Formats: sequence, C-alpha cells, structure tokens
Amino acid sequence: MNPPVLEIRHGAVAYDRPVLRDVNLTVRSGEVVAVLGANGSGKSTMIRAGLGLVPLAEGQVELFGAPLRRFRDWQRIGYVPQRLGAGGGVPATVGEVVSSGRLARRGFPGLLRAGDRQAVARALAAVDLTDRTHDPVASLSGGQQQRTLIARALAGEPDLLVLDEPTAGVDAKSQEAFAQALRDFVRHGGTVLLVAHELGPLQPIITRAVVVHDGVIAHDGAVPHPAGHHAEPGHDHVHPHAPQDPPSIWGRE
Amino acid sequence: MNVNLIEIMSLPFMQRALLGALITGLIAPSLGIYLVQRRMSLIGDGIGHIALTGVGVGLLTGTSPVLTAIIVSALGAVAVELIRERGRTSGDIALAILFYGGIAGGVFLVGLAPGKGSANLTSYLFGSLLTTSATDLTTIAILGGCVLAVTVGLRPWLFAICQDEEYAKVSGLPVRALNLLLAVMTAVTVTVAMRSVGLLLVSALMVVPVAAAQLVSRGFGGTMTLAMLGGVISAGAGIGVSAGYDTAPGATIVLAAIALFILVAAVGTALRRRRRADTGPAAVCEPPECVLDS
Repeated sequence: MNPPVLEIRHGAVAYDRPVLRDVNLTVRSGEVVAVLGANGSGKSTMIRAGLGLVPLAEGQVELFGAPLRRFRDWQRIGYVPQRLGAGGGVPATVGEVVSSGRLARRGFPGLLRAGDRQAVARALAAVDLTDRTHDPVASLSGGQQQRTLIARALAGEPDLLVLDEPTAGVDAKSQEAFAQALRDFVRHGGTVLLVAHELGPLQPIITRAVVVHDGVIAHDGAVPHPAGHHAEPGHDHVHPHAPQDPPSIWGRE
Repeated sequence: MNVNLIEIMSLPFMQRALLGALITGLIAPSLGIYLVQRRMSLIGDGIGHIALTGVGVGLLTGTSPVLTAIIVSALGAVAVELIRERGRTSGDIALAILFYGGIAGGVFLVGLAPGKGSANLTSYLFGSLLTTSATDLTTIAILGGCVLAVTVGLRPWLFAICQDEEYAKVSGLPVRALNLLLAVMTAVTVTVAMRSVGLLLVSALMVVPVAAAQLVSRGFGGTMTLAMLGGVISAGAGIGVSAGYDTAPGATIVLAAIALFILVAAVGTALRRRRRADTGPAAVCEPPECVLDS
C-alpha cells in the first residue's frame, strides 16, 4: 500500500454546534478521492481541517507522515479554495495570482527565477489561460477565475492537490479544461483530494469516494451511483450558494 | 509668482519640507495598497488617532514625540490586527473605543504637558512640514527606508496574505508574523507622515494615490508603482502650491492627491469611452453562475 499523504484520525470540529464528529480519513499517494455530500454536511470543513485551516476540537491530522503542527513541507500541497478571495479593489493580473503559487518553493521572496517563470507558464497552459496572463482576474468569468486558482496550485508543482468544490458554478468549457488539467496531474503521479457536489467529467478519474453526511463519514469506497432524477443524463446539478457576507470595515471575516 | 516660487524653494527649510513631503508621498501609498487590498482603508486613520496618545506621552515626559508615537501606535496597530484576526462583530466596537480613546487620550495628555498649547497639538494633527529640522529629516528618511524595505522587498508575501490569507497559510508563509509586521509598518508610516500631512490626514496619502492608480492599472505591481508615483507627484505639487499661496502644506498635499484622482478618473473614463466607440460594444456574455434545481 502506498504511504498516506493526508490522514485525519478521530477528527471533530465544532463551531456553535458540532460540524464533524469522529471522522477518520486516509488519503494515500496516487489516489483520487472525491468527498461528496449535501450542502452543510461538513465535507468542506473536513478537508479544511485536514489542512489546518479549521482547528480540530479533537483528534489528529498528519500530512505526509508528520503531525500537522510539525509539518513544514507545504510546497508538497496545492490548495484550491472554493472561490477567489473577495480581495479589495486593487487589481491583480492572472499571472500575479498564479505566481503566488510559487511562494512555498521560493523561500525569501526575491525576483522570480527562470524555473519559477516556467512553472507558472506551464500551469497557465495546463488550464488554457495563457492568453489571459496579463489580464486582471476581476475581468474573468467565474469559471476562468476558478481555473486561475487551479493554475496557482499547479504552479507550485505539488504532490497533493486539495480542491474545495472546484467545479461549482463553472461553465462547461472550464469544466472540461479543469478535468484535463487534473487528468494530466494524476497521470504524472499526483494525489488528489477534492470536495465535489457532483462529479461530471471528473467521474472517470476518481478512484474512491467518501460521502459525508451530518458530520460523519457515511460511505468510503466505490463511487456511488446517483439516485432518482440526479441520474438523468444531462442533469446539471448545481445549487445556488448562499451569498457571501459583505466584508466589514476591517476586512473579511 | 514663478520667480517667487524659485526663491522660496531655495530656502533650506523649504527644501527640507519638500524632501520630507516627497518621502512621505513615496512610502504612504506603498503601504496603503495592502490596506486597500484588505478593505481596511480607514485603519490608517484609526492608527493616526492612537498615535496622538503617543505624542501626548512624549510631550508630557519630555521624550521625543516621534519615538513615543511609534511605540504607542505600533501597540495600537497590533491590537487592531489581533481584533481583525478574531474577526468578531464586537471587534467593530473595540476598534471605535481604541481610536477615540487614542485621540482623547492624546488631547488630554498634551493639556497636562507644561507650556504646550493648542498650537502644538495642531502641528501634530495637521502636520508642520515647515519646521522640519535636519534631524527630523534624517529620522523620516531612516523610518521611510524601513517601510519601503518591507512593502517593496516583501511584496510577494504581503500580496499573498492580503489577497488570500488561507492560501498563504497553506503555502507555509508565516502569516501571523507578516500580519503583525504589516501592522507595525502601518504605525511607522503614520508616524513618518505625522510631520508632513498630520495624523488626521495621513490616511488620505495612504489611500487616495492607490485609488487613483487602480483606475488605470491592470495588475498589483503596476498599481503599486503608479500609486507611489502619484504620491510623490501630489507631495511635490502640494508643496509648490502651498509655497506659492501660503497655505497649509499638509492639507494642500492631500487636496493635490484628490485632484490627481479626479483627473485620472476623468481621463480614464474618456479613454474607455473612446476605446469602446472604436471597438463597438463588448459582446462577452457571462455564463450563468448556477441553474436553479427546482
């Protein structure tokens, strides 16, 4: 068996009420694991806890065999959040955002070296955004912005990609470009942990599915078949998401 | 008036004033851009309020008001950062108490200081460029250099934490240390700008050049360069006008920055209109964000 790259043991997360209870998840090198579940099931919280973005009330997290607190090899992880941070009014180009994917590898920030620039160019090509490098990200469609975030993660040349609902509300062309980028990443030995609402064109590359329901893992194994009208061909299962809270005067919460 | 202006600018105290203003104009937007990116544009104003307590402490104890202002405003900035980090709604009230406590404390302490009238208070609130001594100028230059080293030297890191703090965390950046560093540098910038534009106007020089720059720029690096250029132009123009018309330098610099913003906005709008007329209406249709599942 391949070594585990991400492991949550007896993980529990509580905000005002318990969100996750006694969750056990092991992702091994080379796997492509989809975390499925309804809105509010705790699936996003689970992977965010796995990255240390949400504190665990109980349990432990290990990344590449090291306890979270002692883990320093962050360049091995590429994280793709649900959406581009709200950011302020200051524009940033696609190239600038993707370049920040190199930070974990660069140490003290100086000028980008040739190797950094090549990695950024490769990542932009992988998501088919090379011609938008110098455009402000705010001028891109939602799907293109999502691809920018994937390029940012790919630019760091990680071993593990962690994606939080990468295809929610993304147009078909972007979904296809995204699936292709992910297939290439997996073919080169990458490990993927992704939260998804529906798999779409990703389905063929998923090796294991984990279903989170009401804060516990309800299924861990083969990809479950969709039920009812969800199974109809061409069913576009995308839920409207709650609007983001407007930022307060001292920043995002 | 031209000859008059050249004559005035040949006076050493005017040259020191100009130099001090130019340094402030250069560094304030280089820091302000991060605050704007975080939607914390008004924080500089709050830190300025807190710095006044530092000034009061300095005048009362007979130590350098610049030194005490840096210390007190840095403590205040760190407190603000800790409140932001916790991100609770009650933090809003905490900030208000901190800011108004800062300015009230400053006025109170200055009143206690022996032989210090309201004229002195005014010089800290609205700047006193014309009394800049050679020593003051050295202090401004050194502190300004520190701020620039951080805001320009650490730009990729600071950009990352202000753009997407969670991503920066997963990149392994020392997010908390960088946030605190940014807070302390905000305090230093406020103190440097205290001499030129004053504590009540400092925020303008941090924010307005950035606002003007982002009207025409496409990226973060470009915005930063343009904003710093805009800050320097505003400072130079402000000093020139204030020398010619004998107006308060600090207020004139801020008005120059706002005039620059309006000018850039007007020219930018005109250019966009012409470009649109050349290429016809943009036919890009956003794909639907979501389909209702009824």
